[in-house]
Amino acid sequence: MPNDKNYFYIPQIKKRNQKATLFKATTLLAIIFSISFLIFFLVDIVRAGYPAFTQTYIQMDVAINEEVVENPYSALKGKNLKIASRAWLRDLPNMIKENPSWMNTTQTLWVLANSEVDQYVKGKESRTHERERAYVDELRAEGKIERKFNTIFMTTGDSKIPENSGIYASIVGTVLTIIVTMVIAFPIGVMTAIYLEEFAPDNRWTQVVEVNINNLAAIPSILFGLLGLAIFINFFGVPRSSPLVGGMTLALMCLPVIIVSSKAALKSVPSSIRQAGFGLGLTKWQIVRDHVLPLAMPGIMTGSIISIAHALGETAPLIIVGMIAFVPDAATSFTDASTVLPAQIFTWAGMPEKAYLERTAAGIMVLLVVLLSLNAVAVYLRRKFERKW
Amino acid sequence: MTMENGFIQHALHAQEQDSTQESIKVQVKNLNLFYGEKQALNSINMDIYTKKITALIGPSGCGKSTFLRCINRMNDLVQSCLVEGYIGVDGHDIYDKEIDVVAVRKRVGMVFQQPNPFPKSIYENIAYAPIMHDIVKKGKECDELVERALRGANLWDEVKDKLKDPGTALSGGQQQRLCIARAIAVEPDVILMDEPTSALDPISTEKIENLMLDLKKNYTIIIVTHNMQQAARIADYTAFFHMGNLIEYSDAKTLFVNPKEKKTEDYITGRFG
Repeated sequence: MPNDKNYFYIPQIKKRNQKATLFKATTLLAIIFSISFLIFFLVDIVRAGYPAFTQTYIQMDVAINEEVVENPYSALKGKNLKIASRAWLRDLPNMIKENPSWMNTTQTLWVLANSEVDQYVKGKESRTHERERAYVDELRAEGKIERKFNTIFMTTGDSKIPENSGIYASIVGTVLTIIVTMVIAFPIGVMTAIYLEEFAPDNRWTQVVEVNINNLAAIPSILFGLLGLAIFINFFGVPRSSPLVGGMTLALMCLPVIIVSSKAALKSVPSSIRQAGFGLGLTKWQIVRDHVLPLAMPGIMTGSIISIAHALGETAPLIIVGMIAFVPDAATSFTDASTVLPAQIFTWAGMPEKAYLERTAAGIMVLLVVLLSLNAVAVYLRRKFERKW
Repeated sequence: MTMENGFIQHALHAQEQDSTQESIKVQVKNLNLFYGEKQALNSINMDIYTKKITALIGPSGCGKSTFLRCINRMNDLVQSCLVEGYIGVDGHDIYDKEIDVVAVRKRVGMVFQQPNPFPKSIYENIAYAPIMHDIVKKGKECDELVERALRGANLWDEVKDKLKDPGTALSGGQQQRLCIARAIAVEPDVILMDEPTSALDPISTEKIENLMLDLKKNYTIIIVTHNMQQAARIADYTAFFHMGNLIEYSDAKTLFVNPKEKKTEDYITGRFG
């Protein structure tokens, strides 16, 4: 037997393999790097945000009488008044109205603690006085302090009193705004893409339009806010801060992305399908509507939903059209003043009280959940349309 | 003459079947076609006969497919394309300004090189266009048409139990027959076929060829093919194109057995092409 070892020998093989391994390791490192950042971000947000989903309540004896209805602050005295929430006390007359039997009795109630006490109970930095801390510790030892699920956060709007502020109004605002955005941007974007891809003649003019649309997709979003301010608010007089104006502004921002992705989806439909249609004497519209669009739909859906999800997290253009304003109540129509999730998060992030800090993180968690569910819808729709063909 | 015997046999066979009265279905007069500056067809004159198979042969880029696509105005879709001259179907100019191109294509159907069923069910593939053309209403009438078309394309027995299945799930040869069924469902007079078997295996090809021989009882068929044996097997008339010119056009027997032009002879004996 001759020495066959050298038969498959290539001089550089070891070095080449090393290079391949190194390259693979580098790419792996890149993904580990980005995943670790993502995990760090998620852990940090959840750690900071989850305490906002509970709120401290203190069991107290509250003396109810006529005077309390006039001046609710008189219901509690001394240290109790110092640690109770002013928002809760302001609401006390309403509670009395609902429970007339309370009148002229002393009720043992779970009173909402103010945010500083709440922060102290949660073991965070707090501006409470030494004496109050001692009193709170004393109450805690007696089992008169409890952390309950924070229904206030999930059911109210913004407030200047931290323990009374909630995310609900901005969720409503976001939903209304996104509805406006979808209703405007999706049909206009898809129709534009269909015209440009299927009907427009290939001339200088359409080329200019296409280049401009591609460039618009890369424009800083705040400029769309300025455009919305100038056109919708100043020229057409659409109510400021309303989901209508916010949605229209975001629709402007979404349009280029929807058009570009829809065009790509239409382009990917094989031209043999169109040829087949023409060969049968179908009109262009019949071919596009019944044969091309169904095939392009998953791609159009994906692009549109990604772009709308992007709009959902957009803050800058909405600040310009006034959606950053302090709006305590949830909007009931498209023209009511409203705020949106990212704007609410932005507002809270700038507040000095520590309680707003955890609300900021909790708001981000809510926004992430909304985004993830929207993406889940996108995946579902894509699957559904793909399964058809 | 040192022609392969097979050719002659096929050509003779095709000739024997030819016994009907010959009338002109498609008349082409002085047809010139330009792609921008470049002239792709040079004054083509050709009469295509009713209920016959006419094969267009020639080397790649000779203009035979371009010519075929003139007959149902598919070239209108190419922006830079300019067509001059006259093409008449039953004596009616299809390039007349008054005439809607959609109506032309309803009368002159087309089958393509790659089977291209719509991404819909077998049933919908066939029913869609007739419903759009108001040939049938949805329901029983439409079911009958689908069956008739599938039987006409020799596909009924293979797919009658799975009409709801996607057309794209069929084999290549079945897909092509589905495309032919789809074409005949809109009841055209003329069917154009652009290399309909070049993407298929020999067995599927044979089925399609037999189908074409059946179809010519009712339709005028014009087929572009690269395969000269195929032209010899099925065509009644054959036209040889070269460099945008119609070099020779005659009944298939004459063209294959006794070509008049040197170029035709060179091509069919494999000296170029």
